[in-house]
Amino acid sequence: MGMAITVFIALFALVTVLGFVAARWRAGDLNHIHEWGLAGRRFGTVVTWFLLGGDLYTAYTFIAVPALVFGVGALGFFALPYTLMVYPFVFVVFPRLWSVAHRHGYVTAGDFVRARHDSPTLALMITLTGILATMPYIALQLVGIEVVIGALGLTGPGWMGELPLIIAFAILAAYTYTSGLRAPALIAVVKDVLIYLVVIAAIVIIPARLGGYGKVFEAVPHDKLLLKPGQAGAYATLALGSALALFLYPHSVTGLLSADGRRTIKRNMALLPAYSLVLALIAALGYMALASGVHHDPAFAAGFRQYGANFAVPALFQRWFPPWFFGVAMAAIAIGALVPAAIMSIAAANLFTRNIYREYLRPGCTHIEEARMAKLSSLVVKVGALAFVLFLPQKYAINFQLLGGVWIIQTLPAIVIGLYTRWLHRGALMAGWTAGMLVGTWMAATQGFKAIFPLHLGDATFPGYAAVYALAVNLLVCVLVTWLAGALGWSRGNDPTRPADYLGTGE
Amino acid sequence: MTRASRGQRAFWYAVFLIIVGVALSVPLYNRVQPTLAGIPFFYWFQFGWILVTALATALAYRSKL
Repeated sequence: MGMAITVFIALFALVTVLGFVAARWRAGDLNHIHEWGLAGRRFGTVVTWFLLGGDLYTAYTFIAVPALVFGVGALGFFALPYTLMVYPFVFVVFPRLWSVAHRHGYVTAGDFVRARHDSPTLALMITLTGILATMPYIALQLVGIEVVIGALGLTGPGWMGELPLIIAFAILAAYTYTSGLRAPALIAVVKDVLIYLVVIAAIVIIPARLGGYGKVFEAVPHDKLLLKPGQAGAYATLALGSALALFLYPHSVTGLLSADGRRTIKRNMALLPAYSLVLALIAALGYMALASGVHHDPAFAAGFRQYGANFAVPALFQRWFPPWFFGVAMAAIAIGALVPAAIMSIAAANLFTRNIYREYLRPGCTHIEEARMAKLSSLVVKVGALAFVLFLPQKYAINFQLLGGVWIIQTLPAIVIGLYTRWLHRGALMAGWTAGMLVGTWMAATQGFKAIFPLHLGDATFPGYAAVYALAVNLLVCVLVTWLAGALGWSRGNDPTRPADYLGTGE
Repeated sequence: MTRASRGQRAFWYAVFLIIVGVALSVPLYNRVQPTLAGIPFFYWFQFGWILVTALATALAYRSKL
């Protein structure tokens, strides 16, 4: 294991240096929030590709998707239709957000909602949803690092065991503070090179040792190979709900708004499916772990006892890779956690600073104060996520992340529909958001924080993703209250944006 | 830059709707046969459908949608 740890630490040191050097890359005045938090909106196609890829396909994805496939089989593959549907959706809808944000200098989705619907209160709801959904997401990245550190055998008695995690996070916090969004963008390049290297090695070497892909699928128990009769609805709604939610997350919005043009975003929607293909192969690692029988190997018993199915991928790699390459693989996953964790904390900091601090606590603050507050709050967000993982059971992070998905999708009417029309009244959007949050949380809670809710209509039961059901309630309330608002003649406020602002000018 | 014509946009939106519609029609592809090199249909079809999506998005981009 000494060799693996040496390689791991060397790669970790490399990205640490990159993180600090990034401050000078395409240098800008980091005392402006759009420079620190959006890197000056100057990222071209290639950097945006790495940044969004590093942002969306997180370390937790690499651990949890194969773990789900390893545990439940076919249902775990919903990640495929999910990531596939994202691209046409974002291609059509989100260049509008980039254009209007560019035209009016919006840094967050909250900025847009505040202006478009003329409502600081609605913007506050959007902002709190974003921050609340992001915190457990960062915590999950830490869970990913924990599994990796455990697999490398870097454990100690009591709090000493947590020391590597704390050190990794302190380093991350330091370079995010000094370099802003430039740091994860630069590190994302290293992360992706390593991930692609590991995945290509895995899909070539491991099936060859197991006797080909046919043999891998033969080894999958029959009841896991296909969806069971009642699971098709769950599979489709999980994919749809996750696809609609993905680009409402603050870290996705930050990744999009840092692009240098709407064509860059569209071009990326044609290029990002490369990650989906990799994700499909990564999901298949779950079956390779089953076929390798790692869960019956006494050498991995302790790991499975502590980390459950999440240990499947580290065990698989340790079983088939030489020690030095196992170190590379573990470094790839750990660095894959640092990139999204950095972007998420920057996105949450942007939201807090723009839509709470400047709106309510210190209106008329200077741009220097604003940038300083964003940097400080990125630290607070990270300390909060670290405390989450150190002091609460791991299950909480997973449950909250699931709730985060149910919550963030409730911002869809205000943001996505708002990009097209102001027909929905601001009061209706608030009422719909409230209804969606309550119904979604209730649905998840009654199922012991499982994503799937069995909806009873008459005698029939429709199991489906709670986020989608709650969004339907949200939209229904939005429409009803809009009619009511029209009948009662409620004011709609003023909208500073013009239709042309959403289309962009000649590029 | 000239924007895509109304007809072109309608065409690509229809293509996108078909892509999403097929992805959501789970019973359509929840089957083992026909297998490809020992891989059940459920898996290789979804993998292939990602390629189709990538191609459609790339062509839509080239048509200046």
